[in-house]
Amino acid sequence: MRNKHILDMASLSPAEIKQILDTAVRMKEISRRAIKKVPTLRGKTVVHFFYEPSTRTKSSFDIAAKRLSADSMSFSRATSSVVKGETLLDTVYNIEAMQPDIIVIRHSSAGAPHMLAKMCRAHVINAGDGMHAHPTQALLDMMTVREKKGRLNGLNLLIVGDIAHSRVARSNIVGFGKMGAKVMLAGPPTMMPMGIEAQGATVVDRLDEAIPEADIIMMLRIQKERQKRFLMPSEREYANVYGLNLGRLKNAKRDVLIMHPGPINRGVEIDPEVADGPFSVILEQVTNGVAVRMALLYLVLGGK
Amino acid sequence: MDILIRGGRVIDPGHCDGVADLFIRDGKIAGLTHGGGDTPPADCRVVDATGMVVTPGLIDLHVHFREPGHEYKETIATGCRAAAAGGFTAVCTMPNTHPVNDCAQVTEFILAQARVAQSARVYPVAAVSPGLKGEGLTEFGELKKCGAVAVSDDGRPVASSLLMRRALEYARGFGLPVISHCEDPDLSEGGAMNEGEMATRLGLSGIPNAAESVMAMRDLELSALTGGAVHIAHVSTAETVRAIRRAKARGVRVTAETAPHYFTLTDEAVQDYDTNTKMYPPLRTRGDRDAIREGLADGTLDAIASDHAPHSSIEKRVEFDQAANGIIGLETSLPLALQMVHDGVISMARLVELMATGPARVLGMQYGLQTGMAADVTIIAPDRAFTIDVDRFVSLSRNCPFNGWEAKGRALMTIVGGRVVHELDRG
Repeated sequence: MRNKHILDMASLSPAEIKQILDTAVRMKEISRRAIKKVPTLRGKTVVHFFYEPSTRTKSSFDIAAKRLSADSMSFSRATSSVVKGETLLDTVYNIEAMQPDIIVIRHSSAGAPHMLAKMCRAHVINAGDGMHAHPTQALLDMMTVREKKGRLNGLNLLIVGDIAHSRVARSNIVGFGKMGAKVMLAGPPTMMPMGIEAQGATVVDRLDEAIPEADIIMMLRIQKERQKRFLMPSEREYANVYGLNLGRLKNAKRDVLIMHPGPINRGVEIDPEVADGPFSVILEQVTNGVAVRMALLYLVLGGK
Repeated sequence: MDILIRGGRVIDPGHCDGVADLFIRDGKIAGLTHGGGDTPPADCRVVDATGMVVTPGLIDLHVHFREPGHEYKETIATGCRAAAAGGFTAVCTMPNTHPVNDCAQVTEFILAQARVAQSARVYPVAAVSPGLKGEGLTEFGELKKCGAVAVSDDGRPVASSLLMRRALEYARGFGLPVISHCEDPDLSEGGAMNEGEMATRLGLSGIPNAAESVMAMRDLELSALTGGAVHIAHVSTAETVRAIRRAKARGVRVTAETAPHYFTLTDEAVQDYDTNTKMYPPLRTRGDRDAIREGLADGTLDAIASDHAPHSSIEKRVEFDQAANGIIGLETSLPLALQMVHDGVISMARLVELMATGPARVLGMQYGLQTGMAADVTIIAPDRAFTIDVDRFVSLSRNCPFNGWEAKGRALMTIVGGRVVHELDRG
């Protein structure tokens, strides 16, 4: 793997994405064994540095590191010296001084992992930076789709919701686009970022017109706080206009995949019958998350 | 000491543009001769200005010196020396210090520090409202008496339209221009860069052009209503340029400035999350940059001002959205403006208007190289090539996105009241 760091989907080539996904398939097998552990990364140290709350991504990285026998430790903003006023750079200089091999970072500021990558000896993996990128989420989404559909090329991905604030959407637009899929975006115009078409996506005006064309429908979490900035009138109205329910799903393809990066708001962007229904692969996304993160830890440290 | 500047191209817009000798005696312009060859008086320094441009001293209408309050970023003394090194004989200091320059004591303190510095002149701009809080008017009368040349809440927009109306009306009585930092705080809230493709790609919150232009349009209307002189600071958008052009055509008392970064860079410079590309207003698109260049050339914009905003690594070596706004500019403003002359965007004479006589006109000053005027003179070496190197700056701060750029043209000598305050090696 040519990349020293995994910062965003834009800096990965289609060949590298394929290599990561292929490696993840091999890693997934490890998680199915009775003894879910291999010695591959024994003696390596992985630090999980989460500036922002996270349950899913943090546990996923932690489990991935442990299954490869790496020593991993994590700390969050609340337990670090950040609350004492230490800057990000000073915190990272201190972590670096303990010679970790990989630093996994989640941060609320876009570009924070890029800043770290410029001054770190360790490999940096971006576990989500502000509204910018969430490459491991995009990779696990792509892995899940490839597993179910056998390919990515030529598929139609429909992403629905608050595109403007979503790093998941941005990384999937770039990632799926690179692998030859077509990406459509639907959501309230207040949540559609200016110039998103330049990333290769098509903005559709009406959700119901896009649903029949979609091979994959990816629902994004809607945050209640958005009402404060006048982005939507109410959760009720949002659910009526942009929520995925059984009625809407009637017009979908018979083999459509329903995805969601979690955590889900039942009854707002997605109804329980859909989230728990036969087309949903939401929990398989989580399973594949561990495999993808194992693959990345392995590959950045020189694995083949 | 008396000075004879010999053989340079002397540009004093409206009065002179040609090769001439400029004689300075007792701190004043003593005369301009075209013949040359006169024997200089004894004890007179003769400066050979062949191939150089000799202009009224450059004036920067918009700088932030951090004294009082944040002297680790810039003091009045270091700021004045940085100004002189950049070819400026005078600067207007914005009031957002700590404490704010909203009363006679602070204005007097700033002027006292400037006198000690013995370098570029300082023209303090006082606050419109006490503490820049936007809740009332400062005492314009007393502030003017102490030396304030304009009023502004720069850094903070005057959000209340009524307060802006009253400021324009009240300032009119004292002949003070109101310098407006045009920003609708609701539209810009939380923004880290220009709203558009680049912000979307980088995942940064955007600030739309309208955050500036809606306020500029409001202030133009309030100026028309009140007859008060408004000066629009750091214009960054095509919409604002157009609004000012239309307002000038119908006789509104408006002047305006832009900064070198707005006619040089676009928001593409942000691509690597370099915090030295973060400023307010933000870097805009190519279309805006081109409109600003057009506005500089056609007279819509009256001045180039650096918006020199010193910050240390404490404010800048942090996450992009956490970083302070602003870059320093006193030592790069002239080279970047000269690049427009080399590129044929503006003439050398227009550059002198934009950087010397235009700013003076904004402040209502009689200014130039006519006999009897104070000898504030800048000698520009228009073809002198050099590499911009922040470590050689006189300013205390280093927050500059142009580090490493190859530039052509800079100030050879800066003279304030007949005294040489900056002189470059002839190398």
